[in-house]
Amino acid sequence: MAQQILLKNSDVPGLASFEVYRKLGGYASIEKTLKNFTPDQVTDEVKKSGLKGRGGAGFPAGMKWSFLDKSTSNPRYFICNFDESEPGTFKDRHIGQLNPHQLIEGMILGSYALGARTSYIYIRGELFYVLRIIEKAIAEAYANGFLGKNILGSGYDLDLYCHPGAGAYICGEETALIESLEGKRGNPRIKPPFPAIVGLYDCPTVVNNVETIANLPWIMNNGAEAYAAIGVGNSKGTKLISACGHINKPGIYEIELGLPVEEFIYSDEYCGGIRNGNKLKAVVAGGSSVPILPAELILKTAKGEPRLMSYESLAEGGFETGTMLGSGGFIVMDETTCIVKNLLTFSRFYHHESCGQCSPCREGTGWMERILHRIENGHGTMKDIDLLVSISKHIEGNTICPLGDAAAWPVASAIRHFRQEFEDHVKLQKCPLSK
Amino acid sequence: MSLVKVTIDQIEVEVEAGTTILNAARIIGGGVVPPAMCYYSKLEGSGGKCRTCLVKVAQGSAKDPRPMPKLVPSCRTLVQDGMVVQNITSPEVMEARKAITEFLLINHPLDCPVCDQAGECHLQDLSYDHGLADTQTVEDRRTFAPIDIGDKIKLHMNRCILCYRCVMVADQLTDQRVHGVLGRGDHCEISTHILKAVDNDFSGNMIDVCPVGALTDKTFRFKSRVWFTKPFDAHRECTKCSGKVVLWKKGDEILRVTGRKNKYGELEEFICNDCRFEHKEPNDWQIEGPRKIERHSVIGQNHYEKL
Repeated sequence: MAQQILLKNSDVPGLASFEVYRKLGGYASIEKTLKNFTPDQVTDEVKKSGLKGRGGAGFPAGMKWSFLDKSTSNPRYFICNFDESEPGTFKDRHIGQLNPHQLIEGMILGSYALGARTSYIYIRGELFYVLRIIEKAIAEAYANGFLGKNILGSGYDLDLYCHPGAGAYICGEETALIESLEGKRGNPRIKPPFPAIVGLYDCPTVVNNVETIANLPWIMNNGAEAYAAIGVGNSKGTKLISACGHINKPGIYEIELGLPVEEFIYSDEYCGGIRNGNKLKAVVAGGSSVPILPAELILKTAKGEPRLMSYESLAEGGFETGTMLGSGGFIVMDETTCIVKNLLTFSRFYHHESCGQCSPCREGTGWMERILHRIENGHGTMKDIDLLVSISKHIEGNTICPLGDAAAWPVASAIRHFRQEFEDHVKLQKCPLSK
Repeated sequence: MSLVKVTIDQIEVEVEAGTTILNAARIIGGGVVPPAMCYYSKLEGSGGKCRTCLVKVAQGSAKDPRPMPKLVPSCRTLVQDGMVVQNITSPEVMEARKAITEFLLINHPLDCPVCDQAGECHLQDLSYDHGLADTQTVEDRRTFAPIDIGDKIKLHMNRCILCYRCVMVADQLTDQRVHGVLGRGDHCEISTHILKAVDNDFSGNMIDVCPVGALTDKTFRFKSRVWFTKPFDAHRECTKCSGKVVLWKKGDEILRVTGRKNKYGELEEFICNDCRFEHKEPNDWQIEGPRKIERHSVIGQNHYEKL
């Protein structure tokens, strides 16, 4: 059985309540840290652990913390990005719903390390029932002295708020999240300056993903070395993977980074193989925005080595033959799947969620959706396929925030690996897989 | 103020630290100036949205000569000492600009023949310079019905390129925000919230900052093509603004009053609605002389000075 950090006690009834969580050793890291560690030592510990941001980009968390501007006397803010809305990703909801205290414990540790006196959990608007759970947990933490003034007599004050968004994917982008939290329209800001210098209310701010923060208590309890001992290469620790699609056992799995992809898909401990004994066709390994890979490339790299569930191994080969670990939304498709239709669904999502601020993304996402709609319904031409490639190339890298890239990558990769299927749609003037 | 050296398209220029690449290019002038559809020097926070001014930074600075990984918006990127920028000398930039022009046009109605802005439209200029000769789209464009923003301004949302300039004008002019953007993505819409009119003495400046024909002057609509009117600098005593304007005359009749714009289409000063909409009699104004329009080719062809 793999090491469990996030899902360890998730079967325990009533884990969301303070008593049960505390009985299982919860909040011990706060007692230990506030007594024995200075804020900078906590940052060092996180740096040493090798913990990477779990929201998708995989940027080392400790490094991100160290960019925080400490030269001003302005207040600092620590924000938890709970705006999980990437198609295929549903791991954060699980933590918030079943184990909210672990997130709160992580928030206290992070806020202490960064010197934040006010912190926010920005939660996706659709998850209103999770907001209620978290707010109840926050109230319990206040009542037991882990939040509020003078936490455990250490002299450290922290107020924690949970704030719901209004249902926009773009507010998961950290600067759009900050704008939204300030009560403005959720448009991403133009960077630089980065939030570590000019963030919430123009003050230094760090934004981290739910899963990243939920890892902090374990790191402080067991030490950075123990955390760094899990995993492979520069991919340390465990990762929640939300597996969905045509597998026998969809769900959320905690894996040690470095698990072979083949084992993850076929072993009974995890996905349990493809449904009905079908053949694997393609996998989107890290949420809808990462490049799709055909079966042969997801199981083995272009060099013929087995592909592992880690940041480096999944990225091997660049975008030509590789992909990204992303947020851990693992979407498996079997041979009955139409790649064009799947791509149309993704493109419709990005068209719907583009904030409309910068022209390539605003106009390009809609254009790609309309062309894909045409191809899928038998009205496409061969020229349309090349046009799609050229649009995706012109969006990528030319936008304010990464949503443009996220919309362009699936299109470019689907055509790169499954061009034949697009051409079949054009030749047959219908979807070859439709009945 | 310390000076920094920056090279744009192999032309070296010394500018004050804290200048943007775009403004450094404007100091050089001529062909190396990137087009700007959303940046407006007098509007705080403008720029970065339209992406037409993307340039390539081949060398970040003398200290850190690494190139920047992506094309950067020149209107929001500050120059560093020793920075090397490529604009028209970079095929990558020119390709991106061509693509952005196409993006801006795929939902634009191209109704120039009936649009009041034609002849002084920045999108027209941009597509003459960087547009394709034909279209690659066959789909329907998004459409909206024209609405009134106040009693003097007409909004044709179909033509809008969402540069946010008018929103920023409204933001800077009034404390009570009534004008903004509704919706998301390509179904975004400029609107006075719930069709409430913008009631402000300076709201007319929204017309002048609009780079396209989305916001037009209802007192001038369909009166004349702009290239048939002759611009004159003029002024009057005004208690609200400087009173310095441009009159657009056809014969002796004043058809339109606008603010004075520089060669990048930016207003020198905001003028009040009183001057703009209410004073169209020749004896309201002291005429200073003909105004030279450098930027817009169509109007620039009118050699009216000799008349």
